[in-house]
Amino acid sequence: MLFGIFSLMTAALFMDLDAVDVAFTEAAVGAGVTTVLMLSCLHLTGRWEHQPSHNPLLPLIVVTVTGAALIYGTLDAPSLGDPGAPVHQHVAPRYIQQGPAEVGMPNMVTAVLASYRGYDTFGETFVIFTAGIAVLMLLGIREGPESVPGHTTVGAQQIILRVVVKLLIPLILLYGLYVQFHGDFGAGGGFQAGVIFATAFVLYDLAFGEGDTQRVVPASWLPRLGALGVLVYGGVGLASLLAGKPFLDYSALANDPVAGQHLGVLIVELGVGITVFSIILAIFYALSGRRHGA
Amino acid sequence: MIELTGLFNYWIVVFLMMAGFYVVIARDNLVKKLVGLALFQSSVFLLYISMGKVADGNAPIYEPGITAYSNPLPHVLILTAIVVGVATTAVGLALVVRIQEAYGTVEEGEIHRQDVADDDAERPAPTTEGDAEA
Repeated sequence: MLFGIFSLMTAALFMDLDAVDVAFTEAAVGAGVTTVLMLSCLHLTGRWEHQPSHNPLLPLIVVTVTGAALIYGTLDAPSLGDPGAPVHQHVAPRYIQQGPAEVGMPNMVTAVLASYRGYDTFGETFVIFTAGIAVLMLLGIREGPESVPGHTTVGAQQIILRVVVKLLIPLILLYGLYVQFHGDFGAGGGFQAGVIFATAFVLYDLAFGEGDTQRVVPASWLPRLGALGVLVYGGVGLASLLAGKPFLDYSALANDPVAGQHLGVLIVELGVGITVFSIILAIFYALSGRRHGA
Repeated sequence: MIELTGLFNYWIVVFLMMAGFYVVIARDNLVKKLVGLALFQSSVFLLYISMGKVADGNAPIYEPGITAYSNPLPHVLILTAIVVGVATTAVGLALVVRIQEAYGTVEEGEIHRQDVADDDAERPAPTTEGDAEA
């Protein structure tokens, strides 16, 4: 619980530091998904911890010394908001000045994410996919007694919870779609949309039990959907390669380079969204399936 | 004085980072260690975002008439890092769940003791090493 609140505070702080996209992601991921996953895991491993057997003095000394060294290091760092800091000198001015004209979208974060640094994002998407596969290999998705459709859970018997969840879910899904396709103009994009979309299903699962959720999105689809997202991303790269341009150079996708960039970013973001959605949901199914099966 | 308040964000980062580090090295509970790692991770996020801030800058979404924007590059890096972070945390949690199933505990010392006991049982002539940390 505290962790969720901490994440929400962090998100507010990011907002204040002009990082709207990051604040968005942190709010969706940290306050929503991570908390649910942590609670699932705690449920499986027991609520109380033993008294630590070591003396806390040695770690405390190590931490204090390291912290002091780091504080000393910050004395040379540029102060907050200094426009002459080294970070703002190399490629960033180009992204800011040329980005809207070259990629044709106002949101520079999306432009850098999907176009200029498309390779990095491809790699990140792959890491998420790999992590999802690793979790599935470790835990698998178990069919518990609650995965029978129509099984009523404690949550489903409470009328307020039932009504509120049912009202919220269409809004969350709609919002997820908006975030997905509006990412080039405002804050948002595939990463956030995927997480928001997954949150809707996690919420439904928590309130109504697993069986009904898995009727909508069967667990066996999820790894395939994740792979599909990565394939969509890679396919865009291959398409530009076949058109005689470098890998992931979207200007090859249409006659007008800027329109091609726009199209490419949209498709790539869609791939990212599909992968993130299915992997987050698969991880949640895996952890909660253990809970019911054990 | 102005110079010092400009560094305030970095000190928060260092404090959070050290809090996470302390939890990782001082606690035996593996779930707590993961929480510590997550705390450490958020401090790194905060460090990057603080570096990207430009005074009087706006969020990096193009609008006519605005000239100063914050640096979009750290935002991109951290945005992807957050989502990758939740995926890797999930792998850690999955490992912890498997350890719980195999050992019946998530306390590091307890797991180590069981491992040592298993090794001793396999060996015909037990040696006296390996109990030093208990």
